[in-house]
Amino acid sequence: MSTRSLPRTIGAHAILLTYTAIALFPVILVIMNSFKSRAGIFGAPLTPPTPKTFDLIGYSTVIGQGDFIHYFQNSLVVTVASLFFVLLFGAMAAFALSEYRFRGNSLMGLYLALGIMIPIRLGTVAILQLMVASGLVNTLTALILVYTAQGLPLAIFILSEFMKQVSDDLKNAGRIDGLSEYTIFFRLVLPLVRPSMATVAVFTMIPIWNDLWFPLILAPSEETKTVTLGAQLFLGQFVTNWNAILAALSLAIMPVLILYVIFSRQLIRGITSGAVK
Amino acid sequence: MGSLKIENVKKAFGPVEVLKGINLEVTDGEFVVFVGPSGCGKSTLLRVIAGLEDSTSGRVVIDGEDVSATPPAKRGIAMVFQTYALYPHLTVKNNMGLGLKQAGTPTAEIERRIGIASSMLSLEPYLERRPAELSGGQRQRVAIGRAVVREPKLFLFDEPLSNLDAALRVNTRLEIAQLHRRLKATMIYVTHDQVEAMTLADKIVVLNAGRIEQIGGPMELYNSPANEFVAGFIGSPKMNFIDGARLGETARTIGVRPEHLTVDPKSGSWKGTVVHAEHLGADTNLYLDCEKAGLITVRIFGVYDAEPGATLYATPDPAKTYRFGADGKVLK
Repeated sequence: MSTRSLPRTIGAHAILLTYTAIALFPVILVIMNSFKSRAGIFGAPLTPPTPKTFDLIGYSTVIGQGDFIHYFQNSLVVTVASLFFVLLFGAMAAFALSEYRFRGNSLMGLYLALGIMIPIRLGTVAILQLMVASGLVNTLTALILVYTAQGLPLAIFILSEFMKQVSDDLKNAGRIDGLSEYTIFFRLVLPLVRPSMATVAVFTMIPIWNDLWFPLILAPSEETKTVTLGAQLFLGQFVTNWNAILAALSLAIMPVLILYVIFSRQLIRGITSGAVK
Repeated sequence: MGSLKIENVKKAFGPVEVLKGINLEVTDGEFVVFVGPSGCGKSTLLRVIAGLEDSTSGRVVIDGEDVSATPPAKRGIAMVFQTYALYPHLTVKNNMGLGLKQAGTPTAEIERRIGIASSMLSLEPYLERRPAELSGGQRQRVAIGRAVVREPKLFLFDEPLSNLDAALRVNTRLEIAQLHRRLKATMIYVTHDQVEAMTLADKIVVLNAGRIEQIGGPMELYNSPANEFVAGFIGSPKMNFIDGARLGETARTIGVRPEHLTVDPKSGSWKGTVVHAEHLGADTNLYLDCEKAGLITVRIFGVYDAEPGATLYATPDPAKTYRFGADGKVLK
């Protein structure tokens, strides 16, 4: 931008700041109210906690009632494991699709991408029958399998586009030096597509962490409850414990925020420089 | 050690035939350049030799051994790529040594060969650096060094100078020529730049549309091109082609190189007007619009003052005029 006039800069910042405020408002509202007493929440929902309304009752309920640490653990296990499999298999499939010429390559690509257009929840009944038949109901494995299937189409679609951009020369140099296809994939190609892997990771992770549908249907037992399902505990038919719900939600933001920060670092870090011109 | 024989190699990508039956023999120690316009199949041919592409039919024989089914790493070849293709996560030293390490060469031997190659290419100060910390010319030297340490039977170069700037290109060209002289190795070099081909090659293979048009030494191709395509491809500026009928000749096309034309302001064979003059110092390129011959290029050695619009007569050297038949082949 060569012409950087003051009004333009102010305008751009005003728009961005407004957007930031709108985007952050609900999050801040949740966190703010989680530190207030019930009367405080209902009396003045938009004010920050004052010494009068400050109350940790929500957090103490969450920690005291139900096994929230355990729910967190479940959510984390499911998310991280699904993420790992989505990235691993997604990248492998994308590599095969972009690197090898074989009969039915584009058809296979289309087939694998079809999942983007068809919501996996349409198959819930069949998935449930399948899980019952294979005895996986009320296990974290069931959730991991479903989420892996759910995340793969988009991962393959995005990653194969990026894999196509990796220099053929580099892969061929590896082949001439006697590297196996696996070494080429893991040591040469994956590091170069790391930023796109991070993008896929973020896109995959957030819906899994926030999902209520499949934990409710496939793994509602106390042993396998995830955080989002656990938070439902406080949503009664007649009475809703808002303190506890807001506290649980505030806590649920943390792990996913940490994962996001880790991946977004990767998004920024360009590492292709030097490999090819 | 280092001969290559290609027998009737064909390559098709689906319905598109890229190589239409290539036969070629390269003897030990030769520097062979594949040259041709983009899309002529020269890079594909190199990839078939390297084993990175399988040929649809035909045989590739290296040192008397049919390698058509051998993976690239076992063919005894090394390749230098246009985009350098260095491993970004490895230091210069490890980049050069990786192939040998994979082949199970003892560490001491790897060290020795890296030492020789890096001194040959003056890469010693950079051995511990990563590719990102090197300039374009240095990266290409590392890529060449990576090929040298393998002590291959066959060096394959895939347009190695295309990504370098003009000055560096001349330097690196010189280094490759010296490398060939010192190693006495067989080298196959792909380029679309006919200057690189002329300056480096013992033998040039001119390819066009998946076929070999002519094989020969640089001067052989320049002095006696087999057909119109080769005549037009070799030499810069390009040979002038004039419709034979306009000159009252029996041949379909008459070809004459810009440097084999002389100009005179008073008299000559073809009268024309100067359209544009390029002054290069050592020589001058004149573009003449001739009544009989159409737009032609004339190359005059030294400085020649000609203003656009001036009238000049061009005269071809009859001994260096080529006549091409209807099939494009040269008429004897």
